[in-house]
Amino acid sequence: MAVSPELLARSPYFAGLSTTQAQAVSQLVFEKSFTRDEIIILEGEKADALYFVASGAVKIFKTSAEGKEQILEIILPGNSFNDAAALSGGTNRYTAQAMGAVVLYGLPRDKLEILLKDYHRVARNVIGVLADQILRLTALVADLSFRTVTGRLARILLDYAADGSRDVRPLSQREMAAMAGTVREVVGRSLKELADRGAINLDRHRIVIKDRKALDNIAGAADET
Amino acid sequence: MLDKPLIDPAKCDGCGVCVSVCRQAALSLTGKTVSFSAETECPWCGDCEAVCPSGAISCPYEIIVSEG
Repeated sequence: MAVSPELLARSPYFAGLSTTQAQAVSQLVFEKSFTRDEIIILEGEKADALYFVASGAVKIFKTSAEGKEQILEIILPGNSFNDAAALSGGTNRYTAQAMGAVVLYGLPRDKLEILLKDYHRVARNVIGVLADQILRLTALVADLSFRTVTGRLARILLDYAADGSRDVRPLSQREMAAMAGTVREVVGRSLKELADRGAINLDRHRIVIKDRKALDNIAGAADET
Repeated sequence: MLDKPLIDPAKCDGCGVCVSVCRQAALSLTGKTVSFSAETECPWCGDCEAVCPSGAISCPYEIIVSEG
């Protein structure tokens, strides 16, 4: 199937290109399909291309030595991944996995160099995309390294626990993230941490507080920082 | 009692990414409208919520206390 210049134009990389330019750029790009759970790129392997999501969703994550997975981002149609590794020529800095059926547009490294040389507009766009990524990842690093999110989340769970004394409503992970001042990916990790510490149980659509005192201590530790 | 993700039709733009990631094939897209199949049990993986670009679908948790 031919690469669609219209779909490609949805990427911030190609904003501002004329129709003719977008068509020329689409000749440099290849299309590749993946099925659910298929690994698209593997952390540590040589970076061969930059990818744009044409349809579906891609999970970007790193895995610790203990096998713990940290989701960095979910890439949706129009957005790209493996940018920095493809531009620097090193290895993939993370693993990317298809969350369902996914169609990607790939730009091989040698074609990326042609593009940056011939299309100054694209080079400017790349700077904007990378700047956005730096800002997003810097915020994520702060959340993960300062370790206060788990405490803030513990406080939210205590405040929203249905104990019969007041009306409370269920909370989604996205809402918890907004309340804790973080992103959804960090909330998922923090909930798992609270479960590992024995304070809560995750039971399908229920969060069961097993040890209110432990949760209160974790929340208290965060309040003091 | 919650048994399926909540879909806000006012926010949903019908992009269909949630349908593509659902492991239970419980979500479907008719025109620009996403719906949940009543026959399917949702495992509450939260993938649909995680990928929704407009915040239209959510998997809220009831938070309860059960000590001892």
